[in-house]
Amino acid sequence: MSISLEKGLGSVSSYLTRRILYAFPILIGVNFITFVLFFVVNSPDDMARVHLGNRYVTEDSISNWKSERGYDKPLFIALDNSGKKVFTETIFFDKTVRLFTFDFGQSDSGRDISYDISERMWPSLLISLPVLCLGLLFTLSFALLIAFFRGTYIDSSAVILCVSMMSISGLFYIIGGQYLLSKLLQIVPISGFDDGIASVKFLILPILIGVVGGLGHGTRWYRTIFLEEIHRDYVRTARAKGLSEKGVLYQHVLRNALIPIVTGVVALLPSLFLGSLITEAFFGIPGLGSYTIDAIQSQDFAIVRAMVFLGSVLYILGLILTDVAYTLVDPRIRL
Amino acid sequence: MIMRGFRSLLVACFALLCACSDSGWNNPYPPTDDSENIFYGSFSERPKHLDPVSSYSENEAVFTGQIYEPVLQYHFFDRPYRLEPLTSETVPEPIYYDQNGSYLEGDPLSEDVHEVVYRIKIKPGILFQPHPCFTLDEKGEYLYHKLSAQEIESKTKLSDFSSNGTRELIAADYVYQIKRLMHPKLHSPIAGFMSKYIKDLGQFGNRLREASIESSRTLDLRAHEFLGAKIVDRYTYEIRLSKKYPQFKYWLAMSFFAPVPWEADAFFDQPGMKEHNLSLDWYPVGTGPYMLTENNPNRRMVLEKNPNYRGELFPGADESDAESLMPYIDRAHYSLEKESIPGWTKFLQGYYDASGVVSDSFDQTIQFNTRGEASLTEDMKRKGINLVTAVRSSISYMGFNMVDPVVGGTSEQSLLLRRAISIAIDYEELISIFANGRGTAAQGPIPPGIFGYVEGENGINPYVYKWAGGQAKRQNLEVAKDLLFRAGYENGVNINTGEPLTLYFDTVSSGPGSKVMLNWYRKQFSKLGIDLVVRATDYNRFQEKVRKGTVQIFSWGWNADYPDPENFFFLLYGPNAKIVSQGENAVNYQSEEFDDLFVRMRSMANGIERQEVINRMLEIVRRDAPWVWGFHPTSYTLSHSWYGNAVPNLMARNTLKYKTIEVSSRSQKRDEWNRPIIWPLFAITSLIIFALIPAWCVYIARERARFGE
Repeated sequence: MSISLEKGLGSVSSYLTRRILYAFPILIGVNFITFVLFFVVNSPDDMARVHLGNRYVTEDSISNWKSERGYDKPLFIALDNSGKKVFTETIFFDKTVRLFTFDFGQSDSGRDISYDISERMWPSLLISLPVLCLGLLFTLSFALLIAFFRGTYIDSSAVILCVSMMSISGLFYIIGGQYLLSKLLQIVPISGFDDGIASVKFLILPILIGVVGGLGHGTRWYRTIFLEEIHRDYVRTARAKGLSEKGVLYQHVLRNALIPIVTGVVALLPSLFLGSLITEAFFGIPGLGSYTIDAIQSQDFAIVRAMVFLGSVLYILGLILTDVAYTLVDPRIRL
Repeated sequence: MIMRGFRSLLVACFALLCACSDSGWNNPYPPTDDSENIFYGSFSERPKHLDPVSSYSENEAVFTGQIYEPVLQYHFFDRPYRLEPLTSETVPEPIYYDQNGSYLEGDPLSEDVHEVVYRIKIKPGILFQPHPCFTLDEKGEYLYHKLSAQEIESKTKLSDFSSNGTRELIAADYVYQIKRLMHPKLHSPIAGFMSKYIKDLGQFGNRLREASIESSRTLDLRAHEFLGAKIVDRYTYEIRLSKKYPQFKYWLAMSFFAPVPWEADAFFDQPGMKEHNLSLDWYPVGTGPYMLTENNPNRRMVLEKNPNYRGELFPGADESDAESLMPYIDRAHYSLEKESIPGWTKFLQGYYDASGVVSDSFDQTIQFNTRGEASLTEDMKRKGINLVTAVRSSISYMGFNMVDPVVGGTSEQSLLLRRAISIAIDYEELISIFANGRGTAAQGPIPPGIFGYVEGENGINPYVYKWAGGQAKRQNLEVAKDLLFRAGYENGVNINTGEPLTLYFDTVSSGPGSKVMLNWYRKQFSKLGIDLVVRATDYNRFQEKVRKGTVQIFSWGWNADYPDPENFFFLLYGPNAKIVSQGENAVNYQSEEFDDLFVRMRSMANGIERQEVINRMLEIVRRDAPWVWGFHPTSYTLSHSWYGNAVPNLMARNTLKYKTIEVSSRSQKRDEWNRPIIWPLFAITSLIIFALIPAWCVYIARERARFGE
């Protein structure tokens, strides 16, 4: 192994170690804020009432429910205890420590959270991954096309179209798409989900709507990036060398515009897993987006806590991956 | 050459699309299911509990009602609602004993009754659904009751257990379930309430709690006895109450009193089961006509015919008619539909057999004639859709907190103020604007269809309505203003202090959707010159305020547990006041006279004497006006022509077994209604291709110009 490669790997590993260490206080902080926000709105008594129902519930059953799930302890500080138990005999400590081992435990309704996440992650991914890939393909292609026709009426029309598409609410795309393709043309099911290959017919519409809904914003954003690059000296040089316009756009402009593209794409990583609430609700997709919202509505703190934690971890992971990806797309960048 | 190839491709695509344009592209179900006898429905909220000890919500009863069988059920057709045997031989009659243990004949007074016994004999030969908890090995021992950690490790769903068993339903299963009500880890919502009636139940709960603390092992309820429920023989058991409670028979028709086999608890309580999401709360075990074969509340719940079900004759059918044996539907698919639009569209496409009416499409669905009667629009009639309406056994009311210094209390001033407000709030208008006419203005707490409700002139609330033209008419606003004046406010201004009257309305409604209704409430109060301040909050805080009695005016509702006036009057019974006992009397109403009558009324059998007591109670609460009586919502249910026996029965939960589906008719209609239209797609694709051709030409031309070709 050459010395420079060894050096490179060493710097990457020290960078990763550093970032992972940074992640701990961030995760503790996020968890702390989640606790504060959740318990400002919901007390353990409220949680018990939601789970036990509103009719005929007695104080006894509420206190039983709380003690069984460990919600009978103080939130952050147990003043009745001494020594380290002041902090360890609290709901915050009790529920936080296990998260760092990725042991999400059981939901307040008794379900294994890790199992539910692993089950519900796939439907979310089945929609978000194709939407991301197809969306990137189409937006980059359209943006390059518009960049090619820069300054013409095609460019102006495309920008107007993009701004119009951006201005329309995502909900409109969903309802409009469902109305047009499912109700009027009756081509695909309006909602639902199935396993295996049978799921394809349910995925067409949400994926199509996801791609079309993101076209306006994505195309306009990438067009701006490409136009910025297209006026640089190296593009002029490439043209002067006799490279075709296709070659200029794909080999030079696209490659040099990759950093902002990578930044935008990697930032989407958490949302790929965590799903989209509105899409999942309208299409009946049993993904993680609806899982979190259901948990908030049913005041299931165990799930809320786990999902916020997972979201933070994925976001931190996404940021680390972004930095690593920078070094790949631009060798001048060092970690 | 290229153009010829392109043309060929277009022709091929078109031919392919035409070939596919048969029907059912939008069918959300596998095509093989088209010819199956399956009911298709939806649910919008996932069920939280399927264990009968804790399940209480209506959305859970859709499933538990078909799986579990309490001893009694409501007759499918009879109105007023009537209980009939389900698994029992007869409807049990209470046997009363005095404090010496002597039998009391007839309908004795409550104070003479020391013990009430319900002796219930169940039908022999009823079998539980197939379930691994019953499976026996060659030695006759339970195959899956002593699983090792390793064996459980590979199990994540019930179908991972390869063999199923069953056994006969016996009286012990009912007694076992009553004991489960007090299990310290099961948190039954009615445990506290039932402890007031079932003998020794509360103490039994304490004993179980102590036993559970002392032993780390799972509680075996069979080893713990209590006085309230006893097995008499294999098919007979007794429930003993400590006081007279005639409404108890209704509880015997609820899933809280459905049988649970001890084997189910022994199976699911094994270490590791809960961690693998295997619990009775997720996989119910019953004797009913259906069993839950897929429990995925995030997507779909599937009920399948219980192969061990004995079959039940359709009401009024001849015993010799084997085809009259229920259930008729083989499977029931319930899909999760969180949003109303997709669900409604699927109903119109024939993919759901029944539906409610979506508010957004109400005008396209329902029309009212000059007499205010609802019927379907021509579009719906053409599709063969049927409409069934029924006034729900529930009430939506506005409550005055009776401990509030302004609107509460029994002073003449507050009484007149409440009555004035009761007249001013035009619930007929509210029903018309916000409920599309789906409701009936309430004259008191008892909804139509429940004993005690009086139709016509004698049934109106004379403090708010007058009888004119053969119907109840709301009193004139001038009457309300006069009452307000007598209460000490002239046009909403305190006559003594000159200060304008401001009242506070607590609500959980917020956001743009509720703004219109809240403004409507403000407008109703402003008719009297009263300034209404809306205090919107979240549900937790709202409940807390109600519990502490710090609300002033609020709106709330109640759905009947059973069809008896007691279940509505107890919402106004003094000892049930929120601030006294955290009971269901949310307005904290107190009236000694009413309370005495309530105690009398609740233990009386339906009859003239009871009706007289009810009338007196109605007069008291109408006079005191602790509620603005609000309205009784009407349920509108739509069903397709192929869906049979869509009779509204708002008390029974086990109605799926009565329903029928004409599969061929459904299949034919679905084909007819769902022919895909594909030419627009073809047109759009062509348009895009043709739009790209000039761009391509421009690109080629530019490239050529650059390189000087």
